[in-house]
Amino acid sequence: MRSAILIFPGSNCDRDMMVAVERITGRRPALVWHKDSQLDPVDIVIIPGGFSFGDYLRCGALAARAPAMEAVIDHASRGGAVLGVCNGFQILLETGLLPGTLVRNGGLKFVCREVRLAVQETLETPFLDDLSSGTELRIPVAHNEGNYFADDALLDSLEEGGQIALRYIENDPTRTANPNGSARNIAGILSANGRVMGMMPHPERAMGNGHPSEDGRKFLTSVLEGVAR
Amino acid sequence: MSKANEMSFNDAEQMGLSFEEWQLILKRLERTPNLCELGIFSAMWSEHCSYKSSKKWLKTLPTEGEQVIQGPGENAGVVDIGDGLAAVFKIESHNHPSFIEPYQGAATGVGGILRDVFTMGARPIALLNALRFGDIEHEKTKHLLSGVVAGIGGYGNCIGIPTVGGEVNFHSSYNGNILVNAMAVGLAHSDRIFYSAATGSGNPVIYVGAKTGRDGIHGATMASAEFSDETESKRPTVQVGDPFTGKLLMEACLELMAADAVLSIQDMGAAGLTSSSVEMASKGGLGMEIDLDLVPVREEAMSAYEIMLSESQERMLMVIKPEQAETARAIFEKWDLDFMPIGKVTDTERLVLLKDNEIACDIPLAPLVDDAPEYDRPYRPEELQPVLSTEQLEKDLPLAEVLQRLLASADLCSRRWIYEQYDSDVMADTITGPGGDAALVRIHNTDKGLAVSTDCTPRYVDADPFEGGKQAVCEAYRNISASGAKPLAVTNNLNFGNPEKQDIMAQIVGAVNGMGNACRTLNTPVVSGNVSLYNETDSMAIQPCPVIGMIGVIDDWTKAKGCGLANAGKALFVVGQSDDVKDGWLGCSVYAREIAGREGGAPPSVDPALEGRNGTLIRQAIESELIEAAHDISDGGLVVALAEMVMAGQCGAKITCPEGGSLHGWAFGEDQARYIAVVSDVPAFTALCAASEVEAIQIGETISECELTLAGLPPISKEDMVAWHSKTIDNLMG
Repeated sequence: MRSAILIFPGSNCDRDMMVAVERITGRRPALVWHKDSQLDPVDIVIIPGGFSFGDYLRCGALAARAPAMEAVIDHASRGGAVLGVCNGFQILLETGLLPGTLVRNGGLKFVCREVRLAVQETLETPFLDDLSSGTELRIPVAHNEGNYFADDALLDSLEEGGQIALRYIENDPTRTANPNGSARNIAGILSANGRVMGMMPHPERAMGNGHPSEDGRKFLTSVLEGVAR
Repeated sequence: MSKANEMSFNDAEQMGLSFEEWQLILKRLERTPNLCELGIFSAMWSEHCSYKSSKKWLKTLPTEGEQVIQGPGENAGVVDIGDGLAAVFKIESHNHPSFIEPYQGAATGVGGILRDVFTMGARPIALLNALRFGDIEHEKTKHLLSGVVAGIGGYGNCIGIPTVGGEVNFHSSYNGNILVNAMAVGLAHSDRIFYSAATGSGNPVIYVGAKTGRDGIHGATMASAEFSDETESKRPTVQVGDPFTGKLLMEACLELMAADAVLSIQDMGAAGLTSSSVEMASKGGLGMEIDLDLVPVREEAMSAYEIMLSESQERMLMVIKPEQAETARAIFEKWDLDFMPIGKVTDTERLVLLKDNEIACDIPLAPLVDDAPEYDRPYRPEELQPVLSTEQLEKDLPLAEVLQRLLASADLCSRRWIYEQYDSDVMADTITGPGGDAALVRIHNTDKGLAVSTDCTPRYVDADPFEGGKQAVCEAYRNISASGAKPLAVTNNLNFGNPEKQDIMAQIVGAVNGMGNACRTLNTPVVSGNVSLYNETDSMAIQPCPVIGMIGVIDDWTKAKGCGLANAGKALFVVGQSDDVKDGWLGCSVYAREIAGREGGAPPSVDPALEGRNGTLIRQAIESELIEAAHDISDGGLVVALAEMVMAGQCGAKITCPEGGSLHGWAFGEDQARYIAVVSDVPAFTALCAASEVEAIQIGETISECELTLAGLPPISKEDMVAWHSKTIDNLMG
């Protein structure tokens, strides 16, 4: 299992993701600096959360144009697996590897809390091999711009094509399931070939061992074992 | 230097200097200062930088102990936490800027305290805060609360340090002066701490980080004067934060320190380049020469005065090993930050500044630091408040209705609206985040945990500064102990009104004496701190608020306890209370204010020695796994603490009330040194209490129904309590 984690100026979940991947696979991911245009062959590239380039211009917009992302686009075009979490999801949308956009949370505030997710019925993808549709996961979110937005035509086509991977479901009866107002409760989506995934929740923060949930470990294990097969 | 530039007392007065201070400057310089020089004196001698009103009393605080590596006087305090590791921490206020511009004021408060910590060579691992706002219904509160919370989150979330805890109160005395105190905790190797004293005459002085602009000029002086109606016009003196640059600066500095290139380093905080250059040179017993034309600026035609007094954020001054200059430059280039040699260390003991090929400033350093005024301001304590009896305060209301009103009150309601705007999980080592007693953060890759808490009860300090000062320390001590961690040391932030008034000065003296008393008894020395005075608007002073930030260590974080009730059928004990108690101390309590409508009255007395015994017992019981949850009893008393334990858990509690006496006094009294413990091994626990000479009484047990049942009264469901508790701030903020 060979993996790589990208680091941009302003990334701040790179170490957390590195620790999580190493704990699951026993092998430390390669850390790739944003100015590097070379990417050694890997089974998966992970783009971690944070505030790449300070979220200036638009979340992910500057990172999407970094030399390392050209290598990632190249890797994806050859069918390579890519997972983007939080700011990583925003970056993948800015590159066009995933469709749609993420806008400011409906409540106009940063939101950090645990959410409950349901794994959806999807197209063929290595990421969810070990998670049957309907599996529930408790994983925290922490973001300002996690409100997934697309026009109805795109949303319909994502649904019909099995590209919606994760949705928010009710967690706490005193408030809404959806923490950010995202369209159709979308928390994560897949590319049309099932090899690129973006998600707002942070699985690396739900690894058990002191974290309130270990569902993030369950999720990442499925992803990492799936892409290694 | 041209005569035309000579200053007068009139100019000095406008910069906040007294006539005596002006005379002293003339005497020390043996000539008249120019604008830049006067600005430097004014900033260094401001209350904010010189602590001139409080120094006499701060010196009385205990600052030493075997755990202390570095006490007050550096950028932050450093404490040994074992295994070659050190905790580096400090709290700092940003009160005045946050009232004028809440988002930027609060954000730069967080940025500043983080720089203080990583300047010492520590990677920050936790942020906390202590906030005070005006009456929750006051017209400005909503705007200030939303701006401050967004600002704290805006900086901390972006730079990627978890905001794990804090506290907030609302009171009308803060209507015109909110308090925004931010605390940062960092982790370093105990043999790799970096200090600010400059070394080696001839060594290069390097400016790194963001460019200098005209923002925040003379902010330290603003923070040393009372507010008036014209304060809003001071908006341009508030600094603007850039957490992205802050993140780059943090990573670059830590990388540079790891490369062993740094000799000394100081962040540019209050009074910017002035305080950093003066402090570095004077601490090293050396001098410094700086060419201001080399300082990276982002605005044109900045004068020497403006460059020296700017409080632009995200800047550092360093002395580096000359042979490592290229390594250092490469690291800063990697992070796309300015790296500019702007001068050198000298042996002249003078600060010499060049601008446009002329000497813009040439002053001896000693007077700036050593001759900074120190006042023994007169003080006159107010008469102590009368002890209010339960009969004077108790209202004939059903207990459930009292609980409903207390849980919904501004000071006791859920802070979820606030803390969910903070990233409390980033770095993935948060074990206990906001909403409980102390926060607990795991030391990465080890079994150790650091517990941290910020505390103060201003209404107690207002009523009796000495008892209130002790109480702030003791409440923090209880919060740390309830998690199972051993309290180690504190940082303090003294927020008061105008010290030139004798009653305010008496509050400062009383509270500092109280803090010193408790810190000595509990062996939690003060290793860093900050003072914020002149928190007055149009002569109305705030309720005094000497905040304590305490840290503690637990060797095995898996043994730490929270406060939620997890399992039914366990015994509930009150530790620190005898079995004949049928009443409680209602004077100065939340009950007195919210239910009886009465503020003031003598607060409960605080006995640090008793706190020490009871806290030690709780820690031993957690270490020996005799108890499975613990919670300190503070604002709102016993029944509010029980309600919090039910709300945080998955089961309920059935409680026996004493016969006779006062139910409300017993339920809501705020007697100190008490905890609720969920005991899993009663014989061993009671034996430990007896051996430790600690009073403890069983008051009930946990039950599977999620409710709080007091004998003889209808059960109160968790659902109801959560509903009462959760909506107050949500409803206010919409």
